[in-house]
Amino acid sequence: MPRFSSEKDLESYRHKVAAGRAPDRRAVAVCAGTGCKAFGSAKLLPVFEAELAKASLKGKIELRATGCHGFCERGPLVLIFPAGRLYTKVKPEDVPEIVREDLAGGRVVERLLYRDPVSGKAYEKEEDIPFYMHQQRLVLKNNGLLDPASLDDYLALGGYRALAKAFAMGPEKVLEEVKKSGLRGRGGAGFWTGRKWEICRAAPGPDKVIICNADEGDPGAFMDRSVIEGNPHSVLEGMLIGAFAIGASTGCVYIRQEYPLAVERLGRAVAAAREAGLLGENILGSGFAFDLRIYRGGGAFVCGEESAMIASIEGRRGVPRRRPPYPAQSGLWGRPTNINNVETWANVPWIIDRGADWYRAIGTEKSTGTKIFSLVGKVNNTGLVEVPMGISLRQIVFDIGGGIPGGKKFKAVQTGGPSGGCLPASKLDIPVDFDTLVREGAMMGSGGMIVMDESTCMVDVARYFLNFLKFESCGNCTSCRDGLYQLHRLFTDIAEGRGSEHTLELVEELARTVKATSLCALGSTAVNPVESTLKYFREEILAHVRDRRCPAKVCKALITYTINDKCNGCTLCAKRCPQQAITGTVKKLHVIDQKKCIKCGICLDVCKQDAVWVE
Amino acid sequence: MTPAAAPAVDTAKVKEILSRHPAGDAGALVNVLHDLQAEFRYLPEEALKLAAEHLQISQAQVFGVATFYEGFHLKPRGKHVCTVCMGTACHVRGAPKLLDQLERDLKVRAGGTTPDLSVTLETVNCVGACALGPLLIVDGEYHGNMTTGRLPKLVDSVLKEGKS
Repeated sequence: MPRFSSEKDLESYRHKVAAGRAPDRRAVAVCAGTGCKAFGSAKLLPVFEAELAKASLKGKIELRATGCHGFCERGPLVLIFPAGRLYTKVKPEDVPEIVREDLAGGRVVERLLYRDPVSGKAYEKEEDIPFYMHQQRLVLKNNGLLDPASLDDYLALGGYRALAKAFAMGPEKVLEEVKKSGLRGRGGAGFWTGRKWEICRAAPGPDKVIICNADEGDPGAFMDRSVIEGNPHSVLEGMLIGAFAIGASTGCVYIRQEYPLAVERLGRAVAAAREAGLLGENILGSGFAFDLRIYRGGGAFVCGEESAMIASIEGRRGVPRRRPPYPAQSGLWGRPTNINNVETWANVPWIIDRGADWYRAIGTEKSTGTKIFSLVGKVNNTGLVEVPMGISLRQIVFDIGGGIPGGKKFKAVQTGGPSGGCLPASKLDIPVDFDTLVREGAMMGSGGMIVMDESTCMVDVARYFLNFLKFESCGNCTSCRDGLYQLHRLFTDIAEGRGSEHTLELVEELARTVKATSLCALGSTAVNPVESTLKYFREEILAHVRDRRCPAKVCKALITYTINDKCNGCTLCAKRCPQQAITGTVKKLHVIDQKKCIKCGICLDVCKQDAVWVE
Repeated sequence: MTPAAAPAVDTAKVKEILSRHPAGDAGALVNVLHDLQAEFRYLPEEALKLAAEHLQISQAQVFGVATFYEGFHLKPRGKHVCTVCMGTACHVRGAPKLLDQLERDLKVRAGGTTPDLSVTLETVNCVGACALGPLLIVDGEYHGNMTTGRLPKLVDSVLKEGKS
C-alpha cells in the first residue's frame, strides 16, 4: 500500500485498483459477520478454496469474506457475483455442489435459494427477496461488496473520495453541508449533527477531540457492530471529515468489549489508514493532522452516556456528571469534545460525496436519510434492515420482517431499547421518525426493534427492562438507584400475584419521580418502558393484579403445567423433569405433581404430542 | 468442597504487560485491566496493586474501576466459561429458562464458578447475534437457537472435557 501525499496520488491509485476489477467479474462472497460466523460461515471459506482449485477455477473467481449482509436469520449467506444470487443456510457439504453446479456449470442450486415461508416462492436474486426489496441501503450498501480487511476494496468503491472533497471544500462549507443535510444523531436522542459540530467548533481551545460512540449497549441492537465489522473505513472516513470540520486533531473510538470481531477489524482498518497516510500528519497534503485511538469498554451500559463515556476513557468509573459544562465546552481531558455514534459517522461520507440536497431527498423533512434497525424477537426475518425514515412500522415488521412466526398474533414492537417503549398493534401505521416515536411514548434509540407476539407477557418485558436498568444504574443518583430498584420490586409483585390496583398507583407515582429527578438519561428515560406498558397494555397488567392471571402464560407464579389426554406415555417428560415431579408408566397418561413442579417448562419443550398444557 | 486457592501470580508477566502502557498514564487504566485479564483470565489482587503503582494512582481507584465494570473479574474463573445471552431478543425467545436450567444442572448461580474451577456461568446483556437467540456461548463459541432439550448434552460435553 503506497502512502498518499495528495488527492492526485489517491485518485491515480484508485484508478489502478479499479482498472483491475471489471464490474462483471466473478466472485463468491461469504458473509463473515458475527451472526453468520456463529452459524459456521468461517468453515465455508477453506472448502470453497479447495473446491475452486479442484474445478480449476482458482484465480478466475474471486473468493471474498465480507461483512454482514443483514439477513442473519438465514445465515450463513453466500452471494454469487455478478449474478447477485443469494444462497442461504449454506453448510460446508453444500459447497461442492455450489461450485460444480453454479460456478462451473452455470446452473442454479434451487434448494439453497431463499423460499418465502408463506407463499413457498423461491427467489434467486438477493435484491428480489422481500426482505431486501423494501429496504433502501446506504450505510449498509457496501457491506456485502467489500472485504473489511481490504483498504483497496474500499477505495475501489469510491472510498475516501468524500474526504478529499471535504479538504477542497474547507471546514466551513463541510459544516454547512452537514447542517443542510438535516442529519440527526443515530445514537438515541436525534440531536442535529451539524449543530453539534458547530458548537464544538466554536468552543474556545485549539485541542479539540472527537469520539465515536461504539458502545452499543441496547440489548437487541447490533447495527453499529455490523457497520464496523463490515465497513470500518466508512466510519473512519466520516470521523476524518467531522474532525476536519470541527478542527479536532485527536479522535477516540469507544467500543464494547462484547464485540471482539469489531474491535479487531477496526484496529486493522486504523493501521491500514495510517500506513496509507490517511491518518497522521498532513493528510493528503492538506496540512490537516488527525489520529485516533481505540478504547474498549468494560461492559457498563451507562458508558453510552456522553459524560460517563468520557470518564471511562479517562480511566475512571463510568459515572455521568452534571452538565453544563457540556462536552462540547469541556469534555475529554478538559478539551472541547464532540461525540457521535457509529451510524451517524458512517452517514457523513455520503452527505459530502453526494451533497446535502441528494441526502435530504431521502426520508422525511425533519428526519432525513435512512435508519438501520435490528429487527429481532418474534419475527420471521431476523436481521438488519435499512429503510428511509418515515416508513411505517407495519412495513418493517410485515413486509420486510415477514410477520410473526408460527402463525401467532402480533402484540407489540419495542423500539429504543431500555429507554424506549412498547407500541401496540394500533400504532403499526405510524411513520417511523424521531419525533413521531417520541410523541407515541417510544423513541428511536439506536435502532433496536424487538417484535413481540401473543406469547410475550408485557409485565414480564417491563420487569426485564427494569431489572436490566436497576443493574446498570451507576448508583450516583438516589432516584435512579433506589427508584428503579423499587419499581422492579413493584413489578415483581405484579408478576407474582401480590399486586393490587394500589401497586399500579405506586408505580405511576414513582415513575414520575425517577423521570423528573435523575441526573442523566439512563434514569430519566428508564421509566419509558413502564409508562408505555401502563398506557397501552393496562388490561394485561390488570389481569395480573385483579384476576391473578397471566394471559400470555409467562409469569411463573400465575401459571400451572398439566398434562392432557394427548399424552401417549412416551415418558420423555418424566425422564427430563429435573424435579422428578412427573409420574406415569409407559403408554399411560402422565401426571405432574404440582407440589414438586418448579415450572421450568422443560416438559413443555420436550413433549412431541403437544400434551403439556399451561394455564 | 472448598474453592481451590488462587494460583500464584507471575509478577514478571504483570510487569511486562504494564510496561506496554506509559507509567503514570491514569487514563490507560481500563485498557490495562483488559490486558491483564486477557493474560490471567481474571484480575489477581497482586496485579491490581502493581497496576496502581505503575499508573501512579491509588489502589482504591483501581479497585473502584475494576468492580464498576461488568467485564472484569476479581475471582479466578473456571476452565470453561458458559455465557447465556440475556438480551431482549434472547429473553423473549426463552433465555431465562436456559439460565434456570444451567444454574440447576451446574449447581452454581449466574456469575459463579463451580468449586472445582471447571465451569464459570455468566450472563451477558447482548452480543448482537439476535438472529440466533436464545444464545449460549461456551468458551467463545456461539451456540444459537439453544433449547432446554439440547442444553444438557452440550453441558455434558463441556464437563467431560473439563475432567480429562
